Amino acid sequence: MERQVAKPAPLKHDILQARRGNRRAVKDKLTQLGVSFGGIMVFVALLLIFFYLLYVINPIFASASVTPKASIAVPPSQSQVLLLGSDEQRQQLYRVLNDGSVDFVSAVNQQVHHQALPLPAGATITSAARSMPSQQAFAFGFDNGQVLLANIDFVVTYPNNQRLITPTIRYPLTTPTLQLASVDQAVRQLAFAYSKQQLSFIYADDAQHWHLVRMDGEQNMLTEEVEWQTSQQQLPDTPSKVSQQLLTPDQQQALLLSGNKLFIYHIQQANDVSLQQVVSLERANARVTDVELLAGASSVLVSYSDGVVAQYFQVNGENGRRYQYIRQFSKLGQVDDLASEFYRRSFATVSDSGQLTLLYTTSERQLLSQQLPVENLQAVAFSPRADGLITATTDGLQLFDVSNPHPEVSWSALWQQVWYEGYPEPDYVWQSTSGTDDFEAKFSLTPLAFGTLKAALYAMLFATPIALAGAIYTAYFMSSKVRSVVKPTIEIMEALPTVILGFLAGLWLAPLVESHLPGLLMLLIFEPIGVLLVAYAWSISPPVVKQWLPENYQELMLIPVVCFIGWLCFQLSPAVEMWLFDGDSRLFITQTLGLGFDQRNALVVGIAMGFAVIPTIFSIAEDAIFSVPRHLSNGSLALGATPWQTLTRVVLLTASPGIFSAVMMGLGRAVGETMIVLMATGNTAIMNWSMFEGMRTLAANIAVEMPESAIGSSHYRILFLAAFVLFLFTFVFNTIAEVVRQRLRERYSAL
Amino acid sequence: MGRWFKSGSPWIWLTGSAVSISLIAVLGLLLLIAWRGLSYFWPATIYQWELQDDNGQPYRLIGEIHDREQVPTDRLKAAGHHFPADTGEFVERFLVKTGNRELVSLDFRWILASDILTRSEPKELAVFERSKNGNFYGEPVAVLQAGTKLETASVEQLLQQRIDHAVALNAQADALQKHDIGAINYQLERLRLQARKYQLNDDYTEAHQTEIAAEQQQYQQQYQQLEQQLFAMREQAGRDAVVVKDMRGELVTLSLDTVLNVTYSNRLSTWQKLLTWGQRVGHFVSDEPREANTEGGVFPAIFGTVFMVLLMAVIVTPFGVIAAVYLHEYAKNGWLTRIIRIAVINLAGVPSIVYGVFGLGFFVYMIGGSIDQLFFPEALPSPTFGSPGMLWSALTLAILTLPVVIVSTEEGLSRIPSSIRQGSLALGATQAETLFRIVLPMASPAIMTGLILAVARAAGEVAPLMLVGVVKLAPNLPLDMNFPYVHLERKFMHLGFHIYDVGFQSPNVEAARPLVYATSFLLVTVIVTLNLTAISVRNYLREKYRSLEN
Repeated sequence: MERQVAKPAPLKHDILQARRGNRRAVKDKLTQLGVSFGGIMVFVALLLIFFYLLYVINPIFASASVTPKASIAVPPSQSQVLLLGSDEQRQQLYRVLNDGSVDFVSAVNQQVHHQALPLPAGATITSAARSMPSQQAFAFGFDNGQVLLANIDFVVTYPNNQRLITPTIRYPLTTPTLQLASVDQAVRQLAFAYSKQQLSFIYADDAQHWHLVRMDGEQNMLTEEVEWQTSQQQLPDTPSKVSQQLLTPDQQQALLLSGNKLFIYHIQQANDVSLQQVVSLERANARVTDVELLAGASSVLVSYSDGVVAQYFQVNGENGRRYQYIRQFSKLGQVDDLASEFYRRSFATVSDSGQLTLLYTTSERQLLSQQLPVENLQAVAFSPRADGLITATTDGLQLFDVSNPHPEVSWSALWQQVWYEGYPEPDYVWQSTSGTDDFEAKFSLTPLAFGTLKAALYAMLFATPIALAGAIYTAYFMSSKVRSVVKPTIEIMEALPTVILGFLAGLWLAPLVESHLPGLLMLLIFEPIGVLLVAYAWSISPPVVKQWLPENYQELMLIPVVCFIGWLCFQLSPAVEMWLFDGDSRLFITQTLGLGFDQRNALVVGIAMGFAVIPTIFSIAEDAIFSVPRHLSNGSLALGATPWQTLTRVVLLTASPGIFSAVMMGLGRAVGETMIVLMATGNTAIMNWSMFEGMRTLAANIAVEMPESAIGSSHYRILFLAAFVLFLFTFVFNTIAEVVRQRLRERYSAL
Repeated sequence: MGRWFKSGSPWIWLTGSAVSISLIAVLGLLLLIAWRGLSYFWPATIYQWELQDDNGQPYRLIGEIHDREQVPTDRLKAAGHHFPADTGEFVERFLVKTGNRELVSLDFRWILASDILTRSEPKELAVFERSKNGNFYGEPVAVLQAGTKLETASVEQLLQQRIDHAVALNAQADALQKHDIGAINYQLERLRLQARKYQLNDDYTEAHQTEIAAEQQQYQQQYQQLEQQLFAMREQAGRDAVVVKDMRGELVTLSLDTVLNVTYSNRLSTWQKLLTWGQRVGHFVSDEPREANTEGGVFPAIFGTVFMVLLMAVIVTPFGVIAAVYLHEYAKNGWLTRIIRIAVINLAGVPSIVYGVFGLGFFVYMIGGSIDQLFFPEALPSPTFGSPGMLWSALTLAILTLPVVIVSTEEGLSRIPSSIRQGSLALGATQAETLFRIVLPMASPAIMTGLILAVARAAGEVAPLMLVGVVKLAPNLPLDMNFPYVHLERKFMHLGFHIYDVGFQSPNVEAARPLVYATSFLLVTVIVTLNLTAISVRNYLREKYRSLEN
């Protein structure tokens, strides 16, 4: 806008110049400074919103970091490390060796505390096994047929208001050891899994026969002791040479690795054990070096000798649930050890050269790859909260700080199809919370962005024709007297709280549309036809009738006509429904057309949000058309064009940038609208264009989930990202609209 | 006909019909809300139906007609109903509000017109509005005092008298509980925090301990006294009871301490109904909500909305006016000005929920969290300002409505003819003096317009408030008699959120729906009135300056 007042150029004898320091001059200067500061603050506010959103979003794309925290020397040992870990606070580390020794190491005061296991006298250890990391349990098998089952536990006490963590070893069974096989039979290649009520072991005997031992516990009501019922079964069809054996923690499956083949046994019932599937892990020029379960135990991670880790999980197919290759991570070096986190789907690999790589399965993200500053590495493990990494070398334990708060978020996880565990195929899924602990949050913004666009599209489909046609008529054909009433009335609509529109849409319009669907469709057809008929009747009616109403009041005359047609359509609706759709149009849609039908659907949203958008488009488009210079249209009319020709060929063409910007503004509003969508749809994140089904939009999703998300969590930051996406959407639409409008204004002033 | 089409006239008619549709939509919407909202308070006729069920067994129903619709006979037949052969294609169906929620499983039920044997409007039927379990419909038979029946000529008069008595006692008890006991609880909480503060500062000396303990002791004693008074009042209020014959023909005793009023709707003349209607409207705007917001009034929501909006107005006005003055009077026509203009347009276009997200992150967690750390460490980990509240809502909405004030003020400034400014400068006034003495006073109606529009926008905005401070039920108003009297950190209720909450989150949507319409009507009235005021002020201004320019 042009500056209307130019301050006169300071003269030499200007009274203000002459007396510097004059109070008036100071006041003038101060005002100028204050006002300029205030004006610029508006700009700062917008920048603040923009950068604050970015500031919150930024950490989710940051990579992880691993830094050394402590290193404690332990008595050197040549035995392999069986289990490695720490307590939740990372104060006590522990190491369990294959020779049956347990060391607790305090990361606070560097003390090493060796604890002996009650190994059976005279027996030698023939096998060792560990559970999933979250159970922190291990077992040893002996040559006298016994096993020892133990887990590491930490007792937290608060003497003198100070937290004290004491490590202990607990034995889940009533006794530490258990006779698994006959006395002369060594327990080889042991694997186990246990819960409070159930316990399973598999082992191989000397003849390479595989046995399953299942113990079902039942709590005695009186003594509250658990009594165990044991049953045994031999696994059928086992391979002759097994290099690794695993039991899933839910004790449904036993996995045996033989060469490049993985044998899966179904062991849900101890008396009904069968070979379920043989998975070929074949890979060109590589052999399988290790098989591990991922947290949640639905996925198997297979390490290969050529530095590739592949993920397999069960997918529901024609032959039931079968393991299938899903994705792989490569260039990891010769993978020496692989550690998975307790709860999240992250895992770490360490190569033979000491290269540590942090990976997350579903987001396919490599979060970190760095050289570990340790030598002679034996094993690596995560701390329970995944905020620490523990490594064991032959003569020490090292603790590293791990900062890896948002591994599950990546560009591909947010916007592309992701194959989640348990899903039959890669898909876009938004599911942020669930009841179970093992749940993996699924953050795909695609269905939400889709829903946003779908809602906006239906709203624009409904609003644009009405708003633009209304704007054309109001600006070009309406008498100024009527216009001065009509325009504010329609603009009042913009001020209506959207919560009321949403409420009416959800509780009044949705049931109405559901029960009068044929009526609504008829309305679409008969409304224009009816209006045209009335118009034709008017055009051929004798002048006597025409005098009765001045032509300028057409719109008022049409109101009763439109009302009547609307009323008629809705009255006829049940009869038409009976005639065409057998009395139930909803049933017709779901069964004959095979579409889904929600009561609160895109149609309802389109109508309700359309009403919210109409005044925006109407108001701006009307301004644009109305301010087309009169001499243009007058010239056209003078040359013999009809009013309609003048309108379409001259006025609309000139005003088209303004109309475009009006539609853009409307779109911006429809994209960001929250309450209407929240109340008038079922808010399910589905992806189809059907007008009889709902959607979940970015804005509604934020409104629903934001109050429940924890500060700083991935969920919280992704909701900020959703807000940022909305911000960008509307920023683009509004800026385009505004730039176009400013250009138009310049053009008008030139004309 | 072809010529007619060629002339373009049909298309003009079609565009005209678009205007009609828009007008019908606006007016229809307003009428719908007004009709549904206002009819909620009208004392409805209480009907007594004699019906027969599918097995031909007669039964009786007492209640109000809540809704009616036409249902295809075939669909009902498919659902297992039996009809006489001469039934038409459609059957009328009524939704009846029978109340008596604690006695019948459904307080709303559909009845078919074909099942109705007779319908009457007995004059002795009355509706009891209760503070628990919703309405009760029935015929009052007797009034009991402490369990014994009172002999009287007119049950109606005696009942009215006793209800008034109980209501007055209950009101007293509520006031006692809310104000006096509430104040004591507030003081006890303050003492607890004080003690905690001393502990944090390692300053919890013997003297402090005894001082606080003594005060606590004193408040506890007061509390016990008040509690006794309260119990006495409640007991007194529950002394009387009324015996009502319900639709099953059984006698039910209702204790009067839950009864709010009784209306013999069928006896009222139109004028009396109008009076009752007025009373109910009055109660609606001045009472507290009951039964999880589905009954009672909306006073806390009105108060919260008004208070928040006023606070927002105080914050937004100076910033908006200064920005507009800068853009119009001071800024040079350079790139910075252009960017600021685009910023203003974008601020107006950013979805309101984004402001909510920003407000939650920036104001509540960042600034509020810092304030808590600095000034209220004794209350941690429970947040004081670090949780959504009134102040943050007002601030968030202030940013949201800033563009409204800027645009409106700037329009007002641009309407002031430059000759007036030049005149002032020519007489030797500085630019600041011109601004304060000439320009701003002349633009003040425009500023007012902007403010009214901002208030109207803020009053209707719900989405951001859901994140930064609105709750479905706030125990305390942000303004009370406890020092410091204004509690900006408190959460509050809001009319718009009330609509969303009651309409979509309440357990009994059917029962709550009329109340939502009433609330909607209230909100729409306020907002439309504000907007119309703004529009008329603006039009008046335009006329005024047009005459100045010429």
